[in-house]
Amino acid sequence: MAATDGFSASGSDFRTRLQNWLPKIVLAPSFAIMVIFVYGFIAFTIYLSFTDSRMLPSYEWVGWQNYDRLFRIRQWDTSVVNLAIFASLYIVISTIIGLMLAIFLDQKIRGEGVLRPIFLYPMALSFIVTGTAWKWMLDPAIGLEATMRLWGWESFSFGWIKDGDMAIYTIVIAAVWQSSGFVMAMFLAGLRGIDNEILKAAQMDGASNWNLYRRIILPQLRPAFLSAFVILSHLAIKSYDLVVAMTDGGPGTSTWMPAVFMYEYTFTRNQMGIGASSAVIMLMTIAAIMVPYLYAELREKK
Amino acid sequence: MGFLDIDNVTKSYGAVEVLHRVDISVEEGEFLVLVGPSGCGKSTLLNMIAGLEGITSGEIKIKDRVVNGVHPSKRNIAMVFQSYALYPNMTVGQNITFGLEMHGVPKPERDKAMKEVAALLQIENLLDRKPGQLSGGQRQRVAMGRALVRNPDVFLFDEPLSNLDAKLRVDMRTEIKKLHQKLGTTIVYVTHDQIEAMTLSTRIAVMYDGNVQQLGTPKEIYDSPANLFVATFMGSPAMNVLPTRLVERNGALHAILTGSDGSERALRIENAPAAYAAYRDRPVTLGIRPEAITDPEGADRNARNIQPLANVVGVTEPAGSDTFVTMTLSGKDCIARMRADADVHPGQSFDFAVNMDKAVLFDPETEERII
Amino acid sequence: MAVASTENAVRSSSVARAFVYLFLLLFALFYLLPFGIMLINSLKPLEEITGGGMVALPQNWTIEPWLSAWSTAQIGVQPTGLRPYFINSIMMAVPAVILSTVVGALNGYVLTKWRFRGDTLIFGLLLFSCFIPFQIVLIPMARVLGILQIAGTTPGLILVHFVYGIGFTTLYFRNYYAAFPTELVRAAQIDGAGFFQIFWRIMLPSSGPIIAVSFIWQFTNIWNDFLFGASFASGGSAPMTVALNNLVNSSTGVREYNVHFAGAIMAAAPTLLVYIVAGRYFVRGLMAGSVKG
Repeated sequence: MAATDGFSASGSDFRTRLQNWLPKIVLAPSFAIMVIFVYGFIAFTIYLSFTDSRMLPSYEWVGWQNYDRLFRIRQWDTSVVNLAIFASLYIVISTIIGLMLAIFLDQKIRGEGVLRPIFLYPMALSFIVTGTAWKWMLDPAIGLEATMRLWGWESFSFGWIKDGDMAIYTIVIAAVWQSSGFVMAMFLAGLRGIDNEILKAAQMDGASNWNLYRRIILPQLRPAFLSAFVILSHLAIKSYDLVVAMTDGGPGTSTWMPAVFMYEYTFTRNQMGIGASSAVIMLMTIAAIMVPYLYAELREKK
Repeated sequence: MGFLDIDNVTKSYGAVEVLHRVDISVEEGEFLVLVGPSGCGKSTLLNMIAGLEGITSGEIKIKDRVVNGVHPSKRNIAMVFQSYALYPNMTVGQNITFGLEMHGVPKPERDKAMKEVAALLQIENLLDRKPGQLSGGQRQRVAMGRALVRNPDVFLFDEPLSNLDAKLRVDMRTEIKKLHQKLGTTIVYVTHDQIEAMTLSTRIAVMYDGNVQQLGTPKEIYDSPANLFVATFMGSPAMNVLPTRLVERNGALHAILTGSDGSERALRIENAPAAYAAYRDRPVTLGIRPEAITDPEGADRNARNIQPLANVVGVTEPAGSDTFVTMTLSGKDCIARMRADADVHPGQSFDFAVNMDKAVLFDPETEERII
Repeated sequence: MAVASTENAVRSSSVARAFVYLFLLLFALFYLLPFGIMLINSLKPLEEITGGGMVALPQNWTIEPWLSAWSTAQIGVQPTGLRPYFINSIMMAVPAVILSTVVGALNGYVLTKWRFRGDTLIFGLLLFSCFIPFQIVLIPMARVLGILQIAGTTPGLILVHFVYGIGFTTLYFRNYYAAFPTELVRAAQIDGAGFFQIFWRIMLPSSGPIIAVSFIWQFTNIWNDFLFGASFASGGSAPMTVALNNLVNSSTGVREYNVHFAGAIMAAAPTLLVYIVAGRYFVRGLMAGSVKG
């Protein structure tokens, strides 16, 4: 409920009328910024995706040609397949680890106050830092493989990061390392919000721990599952920094993802029209996930 | 022309009209209570007087000045909120003088006014505390202090006692009444509690569904409710509402009720208003307050028309000061209020005394009182 | 964070508890290991890394890699170390954080306490702008920065981070102020306080926690950003993340892993410090960004 719903303009003195307009005046710059820098820019990029822009924007309309070409470019194929692999593994593994950690931490663990921040701190790091750490840790020459051999396991081999077929999975490892603690925090908040009396009642009814979780607790964590899914998929689609830091898209173009593709085509290969069309596809994908979610969240609150 | 005039005021949100043509004139020094169930529009009306909500049509005048469109701070009003709305980051003293500060009153004057108000409300020792450190009753006093210090034309109270526990509520009620008698200020007070309305007001406006159902003194509202809504909303336990029929016997009108045994009881009506005649041999609704049905020893000695009524006692509820008896009359539950030591037992047939001076009749169709 | 614990509700055997502790400790190790390895290896000479494996403690402790990373390492073409870029990031992050927080606070105040028709739509549009993939604005933004003649400069990056930070800061303050009693605003209006007086005297003094959340979230995001830095800053104006990436991924010369690790820790230090000092607010920010109240 608003503090006031304003007064009829007529009959009010100047200061009162100014007071009525001030809120809108204060909000106006943000509104203008949003309209120009977000929605205007989106419109402009969509427009460019229908032009033959190369190094610089051009206004030559070419219809669906860029989209047509985009889906025939091999690297775009690679990017989309990589994203599918990366996103599904990243979301599933982060959710499982996050949920396990949350459930285990919720068992009145001694030292929870120490463990929780340890699980969560990677979220405070830049993906570039995370990428640097994992890039060298998984590097066969100095990292895990070298260490295992030094310790006497001569046949040990772990060269995924240098292997075009496997490198994408090393990015999954680093990304899971960075985000699973965050998922843990979301689930833990959900677990702590469950009414203790419901659990006691279920125990009176003779539910085993397994049944307690499967039938009573997990169903109540639905909102946390949904939030985790939305946030993780959003992060996955946007992921750029981690790829650049860990593999720079390589070996070759084997770890390209749409975000990398967009940057490379727009700024390095001077194919702005193609780059714009790939950005539009990214936006549509995210919008398909976020818009229903945000809509539901905003409606609930009313 | 009153001191505060509400002329034909309506309020709409979009296409929905939530207040319909409200007309109330308040005299200087009056204590007007707006009472009604939640959603009746009483708080909306108060907020419109305060200037916190716009007026869709009609006029509100304070001291003959139309205040539609005038900023809340320029109407010379003060308001006490349900949550007290004390600024959490300021001390009690700063809370009380914030309004004066905003109006550019110099500090020495502010301090003087604050001391006076603090003395009046006996909160001198709290002035340096923060609201978070105060009890409910103390917060209530500070909120009143903040209103008093401005010396406004009209005080507005929005359910100020509803956040207090039962005992404190009664104490603060008395205190507000004392304050009103001492200062003679004009007050508009919103509550959903009919006891507060009865005890505090000089006049009550009973509201329901965006309409003022009745405007009158507490006694008028209680004894002569304008319609069934007012009759049942005001008073606790609520007025008994019994379907009945008017017949003429021996030259006088009688209300016919059915006892719990299925046989008829006739209660004679004296000094019947002329309008009753039109309802002869027709069904009407009889309204009678619990305290008008008693044991014979407890009946009002000044009453002129006490009618006997034999009926079977259903449930007895000793409440300490009184004993309430529930019985069945004309198929409805009917509550009687007996002396505490009246000798009544469930299942017993008992001779009640009904004070028919206090009975009122309603048209069953329109639910308006028949006068 | 804890609202009600599941105290006494879930019981488990001691074997199960031992397993739970083991699991949690293994994961703690998993999370700590990368940072530990960076730290250890940033303090050894390069030969110990290339020859002796990563897990061993240094035989000769040295801070040489740190000094090199800070002031002499080759970043791009210049042997300047990361120092100037660290300063760039601070010069970029501080104004952007303050500006976006101030504007977010005012927006949240208007959207909750001075509501008007269409405000939910405006908020919805702002909220969605938090979640767009920034690739969609890169091309026009590059043009606009060029037109404003701040392309490749720190002020340009400040503008970018300010613009795309407003959505989140507005979200924080709106949710916080939504729970702030509206009666206080009404009381202040009757007391004669105006729009800004109410904000300054009534709202702000109670906004400490959410200001902390907004500062921390914005600082972490802006400091850790790479995409905008890589797109809109060139050469000497690059932020820390871009410089670190240049240091690590430069293809020329010997790979000085120890220097890379030292540089990575430097890039992580400010946000990590914020996390250690004010982790509570950091978590709140994360949660508010995911479970929109």
